[in-house]
Amino acid sequence: MSTELCDLPGHELARMYRAGEASVTEAVESCLRRIEAVDGRVEAFLRVTADEARERARAIDERFVAREDLPAVAGIPLALKDVLCSRGIATTCGSRILETYVPPYDCTPWARLGQAGSVLLGKTNCDEFAMGSSNENSAFGPVHNPWKLDRVPGGSSGGSAAAVAAGEAVWALGTDTGGSVRQPAALCGVVGFKPTYGLISRYGLIAFASSLDTVGTFTRTVRDAATIVSTIGGKDRLDATSLPTESRYLGAGLDDGVSGMRIGVIRDWLGEGVEPGVKAAIEQAIERLARLGVTFEDAALPHAEYALSAYYIIAPAECSSNLARYDGVRYGHRARHAADVIELNSRTRDEGFGDEVKRRIMLGTYALSAGYYEAYYGQAQKVRTLVIRDFEAAFERFDLLLGPTSPTSAFRIGEKAEDPLAMYLSDIFTIPSNLAGNPSISVPCGLDEDGLPVGLQLLGPHLDESTLLRAAYAFEQDLGLSARPPLVEEAVA
Amino acid sequence: MPVEINVDHVARLARLALTDEERERFRAQLGVILDAAERVREVAAEDVPPTAQPVPQTNVFRGDDDPWESLPQEEALAGAPEAEDGRFKVPRIIEAE
Amino acid sequence: MSEYEAVIGLECHVELSTATKMFCGCRNEFGGEPNIRTCPVCLGHPGTLPVPNREAVERTMKIALALDGKVAPRSLFHRKNYFYPDMPKNYQISQYDLPIGTGGHLDVEADGQSRRIGMNRVHLEEDTGKTIHASTTGRIAEADYALEDYNRAGLPLVEVVSEPELRSPEEARAYLQELRALLEALGVSDVRMEEGSLRCDANVSVRPAGREELGTKVEIKNMNSIRSVERAVRFEIDRQREALDRGEPLVQETRHWDEDRGVTTSLRSKEEAFDYRYFPEPDLPPLEPDEEWIAKLRASLPELPAARRRRLVESLELSPEQARILTSEPGWADLFEEAVEASGQLGRSVANWFTQTLMPQVPLERAAGRADTVADVLRLVSDGEISSTAGKEVLVEAIASGRSPSDVVDERGLRQISDLGDVIDRVIAQNPGPVGQFRGGKEGVLGFLVGQVMKETGGAANPQEAQRVLRERLGPG
Ligand SMILES: [Mg+2]
Ligand SMILES: [Zn+2]
Repeated sequence: MSTELCDLPGHELARMYRAGEASVTEAVESCLRRIEAVDGRVEAFLRVTADEARERARAIDERFVAREDLPAVAGIPLALKDVLCSRGIATTCGSRILETYVPPYDCTPWARLGQAGSVLLGKTNCDEFAMGSSNENSAFGPVHNPWKLDRVPGGSSGGSAAAVAAGEAVWALGTDTGGSVRQPAALCGVVGFKPTYGLISRYGLIAFASSLDTVGTFTRTVRDAATIVSTIGGKDRLDATSLPTESRYLGAGLDDGVSGMRIGVIRDWLGEGVEPGVKAAIEQAIERLARLGVTFEDAALPHAEYALSAYYIIAPAECSSNLARYDGVRYGHRARHAADVIELNSRTRDEGFGDEVKRRIMLGTYALSAGYYEAYYGQAQKVRTLVIRDFEAAFERFDLLLGPTSPTSAFRIGEKAEDPLAMYLSDIFTIPSNLAGNPSISVPCGLDEDGLPVGLQLLGPHLDESTLLRAAYAFEQDLGLSARPPLVEEAVA
Repeated sequence: MPVEINVDHVARLARLALTDEERERFRAQLGVILDAAERVREVAAEDVPPTAQPVPQTNVFRGDDDPWESLPQEEALAGAPEAEDGRFKVPRIIEAE
Repeated sequence: MSEYEAVIGLECHVELSTATKMFCGCRNEFGGEPNIRTCPVCLGHPGTLPVPNREAVERTMKIALALDGKVAPRSLFHRKNYFYPDMPKNYQISQYDLPIGTGGHLDVEADGQSRRIGMNRVHLEEDTGKTIHASTTGRIAEADYALEDYNRAGLPLVEVVSEPELRSPEEARAYLQELRALLEALGVSDVRMEEGSLRCDANVSVRPAGREELGTKVEIKNMNSIRSVERAVRFEIDRQREALDRGEPLVQETRHWDEDRGVTTSLRSKEEAFDYRYFPEPDLPPLEPDEEWIAKLRASLPELPAARRRRLVESLELSPEQARILTSEPGWADLFEEAVEASGQLGRSVANWFTQTLMPQVPLERAAGRADTVADVLRLVSDGEISSTAGKEVLVEAIASGRSPSDVVDERGLRQISDLGDVIDRVIAQNPGPVGQFRGGKEGVLGFLVGQVMKETGGAANPQEAQRVLRERLGPG
């Protein structure tokens, strides 16, 4: 099987740089060629920063040549979801309202990666303000799934997922508020990792729902996920909700195996509404892990069925407040010829926001408004407590929990666009981890009957990233999945 | 049963100048979504405390002894759709009705 | 006209004088060019997050403790959502049902009576930017555009809310004076109403005397001095009384104090439209100060004005009025105590020098740290070197010019001649002619006689004093 540099995992490139088998410039050029070859069809990128990437690659190469001891992420070509601020590079959130916005600062994750020598290839498409599960809500057009171009890549970080799947970037950052890293990773056949809420700073992540938003990673391997999160995680004095943890290497003990590990199968997540192909792939994954020494029992999260309802109150409520700042006064889009400020704000927002964003702002405004707060927001916060208690009880019995990442594989573009409620169900298995803040990962576990990827989701207790990654790694190594999107096969042919 | 919501009032609070078509569509869609969201009322009992943040922390501060560099005025105003005399310019302000 | 009782509550906003803003590291300063103290955080840029200023939180806790209130074991920041262009995020980070401080009281003296006014809450929030309504008339309704400066946006602002227990405009004034003195003593704010570091809104209603339930509440805004609060409250009470007497219903509304015209005018009534959609600020963890932290802050409180007044009255025997005036600004009280110490004189007499001469005539900034100068002057007077009239002149001049009192005395020839009486007797004896003319009604001759005294004393005598003694000795013409 022929492979180009852009299709390799980050840790393999890192080895090659140090062994003198490849240069950063070659890896970056390989990515840029792939973008050139496929992005017209995938449309993962909103902006490619080729010149800056080449310049930076040269600088890092010089340091490798000088035998400098560089961090593991040095020279690895990276893409950033366009909700993560990059100083001097437009950051739009996939929205008309921020089409012209150029941040005067870097988000902390990119600042840390940049400091460590990473190379930014560009900014990736996403659902507007990260609201969506299909990437169809971008103001700048949909992203196409590299496995089948008429399918969605999932969302909201669809561009980042597709870019990594198609070899346009070696790894990418996304954000996960209700599954926006794990679900597109599952649909695009890559590893999607959402660590514990607060492990990675949110500073510079353009907020959708502050108490749920989490930076996550798209990689080709579990080891790479451990490497990036180790680099960008840890306390940030610019984010009061970032946890007081030292940045530490999460990949330690990665290959210690899973023998003796106790994993609970969330049985409710393998019932009605789950596609047979997804169900079959998950059941095979359970068998595989059992062979590796995992003990399985059924687990229950009794309140998980209410999680979706709670999420669709809490997330819109926070969003309605977070998005109030887009008013046409300080930056971004402004409606023309408004007679007064109220008209300026109202028309700017009507022109600048897309349908789904307006829908959620309306929903959240209503849920917080006088007379409804207790009935909606207050109750949803109580459900949140119940979901957290469910997880706590489950993790008393189990090291990890297991289920599918998404009930379906990639659906057709347009299929659910007119039915918000059906679309919201895509996140039904990912949302509980956001409400509870615990780490979860989606690992490719095979293809369904249509040749579309299926993701296995593992869920761990707060701050136990190591156990989660160890199990994911053991599974990934044993499965040894080699299938690649047809688009990639064609590009390397 | 779909929840009836006062779309005009909510749109005014949210500062969204919706078109008639948007109003009608949102009225229907929001009603259905809220109906589904109302499920939260089925479970949450009196004695359950609310959770605002998933991983609890308390007393997180910055020190006051370390001022940082502010943006130069030009940079602060760089994104402004309109500015005058070093200030952000907006059309006249009528007190909210 | 029926008997009415006024019910007044005051809501004060106190801008803290920290080094940096509430949630970002921009400097907390006043003045200068617009939009030079802003950053992505306080401009509300996408993706930015607030991190609370520890010093601001501690100062808020100190204010609560100084008012004898409770610091909550758990408090939360909430978002108050409403659109206004002076607010970069279109929500204000404030506090709602779990403020930092609750309860407490402030003792207020008015009309010779002391009353204990209950406090409702002390909470911390962020300030807004400043809007200039651009128009020639200055009336909001006629402006054609507005300009925003965010230098002030995000400064730490403490809201101190009293219970509606004030009963008169005089009490409202006294409450504000007392609160200002307390904040000044704590050193938490500049408390300058002119610069906006102390702002005050008043809630006023009236009800028939003796009735329990409250009348219709009106909120008054835009008062920028303690005096204007007193005036506005007085106007509003009268307005409401007269309306009730005429049988007109009052509406719950916000009214604007017009300083020039001395009236309150109606802004639109707002109750229906404002729906702030408060919810817990998800970007900020709760505050949970432990007992130890609170105890440490309590121990760090300086002597507060009420306690100081009590001590000045009890141990230095000042009159309550003297003590009140001196403690209205802690700087004056400090200087006073230093001067008592340095001069070794009686508190009550030193206090007179302060309340009658120094405080009305010299700004505190000039006087602060000059207790020795004050003591020198007092000693010159008590030693009889200068008259007490001259003492007043010397005190003001020495403090204002920064020179030593004896230099001022010499330069102005104020030194009292101890044997002035003898010299004058001698001059009278030696000048029978002019003395006779003066006694015959010729006033002008007095100047000649004073001249003779000056000549005899080599210019050391005080001419006014010489004239006074001459008149005394020569008897009424
Ligand atoms: Mg306030
Ligand atoms: Zn700032």
